[in-house]
Amino acid sequence: MSQPIDKQRRAFLATASGAAAATAVAPGVFLHAVAEAAPRDSAVSDSVRYGMLIDTSKCAEGCTDCVSACDRENGLDMLLKPEGASDQHWDMQRPRWIRQVKLKNNLTGRVTALPMMCQHCEHPPCVDVCPTGASFRRADGIVMVDRHTCIGCRYCMMACPYNARSFIHESVRLKPTATPRGKGCVESCNFCVHRLDNGGTTTACQDACQHGAIVFGDLRDPNSAVSKALAQYPSEQIRADLKLNTGVRYTDI
Amino acid sequence: MKGKFGISVLLALCLVMFVGPGSALADEDDEVAAAGVEGTARADKLDACVAPTAFMRRNHFELIEHQRDITVHEGIRKTDNSLAGCIDCHVRHDAAGQYVPVNAQGEFCSACHEYVGASLDCFTCHATKPTGTE
Ligand code: HEC
Ligand code: HEC
Ligand code: HEC
Repeated sequence: MSQPIDKQRRAFLATASGAAAATAVAPGVFLHAVAEAAPRDSAVSDSVRYGMLIDTSKCAEGCTDCVSACDRENGLDMLLKPEGASDQHWDMQRPRWIRQVKLKNNLTGRVTALPMMCQHCEHPPCVDVCPTGASFRRADGIVMVDRHTCIGCRYCMMACPYNARSFIHESVRLKPTATPRGKGCVESCNFCVHRLDNGGTTTACQDACQHGAIVFGDLRDPNSAVSKALAQYPSEQIRADLKLNTGVRYTDI
Repeated sequence: MKGKFGISVLLALCLVMFVGPGSALADEDDEVAAAGVEGTARADKLDACVAPTAFMRRNHFELIEHQRDITVHEGIRKTDNSLAGCIDCHVRHDAAGQYVPVNAQGEFCSACHEYVGASLDCFTCHATKPTGTE
C-alpha cells in the first residue's frame, strides 16, 4: 500500500537537475515544475517533495506561537490531562507535534532555541522499524502514521533520532471531525496534510510565526520560497551524520 | 437473498426502536444520547445514497475502507465516499435540534450493526456527528 519509490526515475531526475546547475541546493533536492489544484482527486506524486527551512536566528526564545498554532490546528489542544495525573507527568507525556528545543554549544556556550518536529526524512528510521507499514512516507515526502494500521508498539518512537513522535495514552473524549485520533496510536507532524490535500499551501506553524522564521514549500520546485531560501542561505540538517536527508532544514544553529 | 436482507434490516430497525434507552454503544464522551427524530437526517430528504441502496447495504464498508486508504496514503480528498460525508448526511437531530451521534443506540450507523453483531472501532477516533471543523 505504501508508495513504491521509483529509484531509477529519481536517479534520472537527479542527473537532469545536476545538468541544470545552480538549482541543486542540497542532495536529493532538485527542480521540477508543479502546480496542482485541490481538493485532490488524484494521487500525490513524487514530483513534489515538501520541506521546510527554519531560520533559528529569527526564532525568539520563549516564543511558543508555532506550538500553540499546531496544537489548535491538529486538535492537540482538545486532549485532556488524565484525571489524577500531575502537571509534570502531563507535560512529559502530552502529545505534541512541535517541541521547543534549546541547543547549547558546549564549546562556545551559544544557545539556540528552535522548533523541533518530524524532520520528514527521505530515509526515515521510523518507517524502517514499523512492523505493520503504518509508519510510511507518502510520495510527496510527508512521513506519517496510518493510524488504521498502527498497533501502538512504539518502535518508531524509539527509532526516531528527533524524538518527534507522540503516543496517545488515553481515550480521546473530544473528537473534531478534522482530527480523528484515539488511544493506542502514535502520531507526529504531517505538515498539516489536510490543508495541503485541500489545496492549501501553508502549514499552521508557518502562518503563526510572526518572525517569519518558517518557510515551507516544495523542495523540488526551484521557484518555491523554500528552495530559494535554501539556495540563498547556509543551512543544516540536524544529525546530518545519520544521512537521513531530512526535509526540515535549519539555518544558524 | 436480496429481499430477505432488506426485511431483516427493517426488522432490526423496528426492534431497536422498541428496545428503548439502555446500555448504549454510544461514545463514552457523549451525554446519554436523546433519540434521533425520524426524518431529520439530510438523507431522509434525499432519494439516493452515494451508490445504489442495494449496493450500499452490502458494500458500504468496502467503500469507506477503500476511501480511507486512498485518503491517507494518496491524499485524495475529493470524494463522495468520505466517512465524514456519511455522517454529515445520515446524522439525525433530537427533538431539541441537537445532533444525535450516528453510533448511538438505534441510530443509522448502529442499528444494523447491533442486529448483526458487528462492532466497529471507527468511532473511538472519528467524530460521530458533524463538528464544523472540516
Ligand atoms: C486510531 C484512530 C482511528 C481509528 C480507530 C479509525 N480511524 Fe479513520 N482516520 C484516522 C485518522 C487520524 C485519519 C486521517 C484524518 C485526516 O488526515 O484527515 C483517518 C481518516 C479516515 C478516512 C478519510 C477521511 C474521511 O473522513 O473520509 C476514512 C474514510 C476513515 N478514516 C475510515 C475509518 C473507518 C471506516 C474506521 C473503522 C473501521 C476508522 N477510520 C477507524 C484515525 C482513525
Ligand atoms: C448526500 C447524502 C448521503 C451521503 C453522503 C451518504 N448517504 Fe447513505 N443514504 C442516503 C440516502 C438518501 C439513502 C436512502 C436511499 C433509499 O431510500 O434507497 C441512503 C442509504 C444508505 C444505506 C442503506 C440503508 C438501508 O436502510 O438499507 C447505507 C448502508 C448507507 N446509506 C451508508 C452510507 C455510507 C457508509 C456513506 C458514506 C460513504 C453514506 N451512506 C453516505 C444518503 C447519503
Ligand atoms: C443496512 C444496514 C447497515 C447500515 C445502515 C450500516 N451498516 Fe455498516 N455494516 C452492516 C453489516 C451487516 C456489516 C457487517 C458486514 C460483515 O461483517 O460482513 C457492516 C459492517 C461495517 C463496517 C466494517 C466493520 C468491520 O469491522 O470490518 C464498517 C466500517 C461499517 N459497517 C460502517 C458503517 C457506517 C459508518 C455506517 C453509517 C454511515 C454504517 N456502517 C451503516 C450493515 C449496516
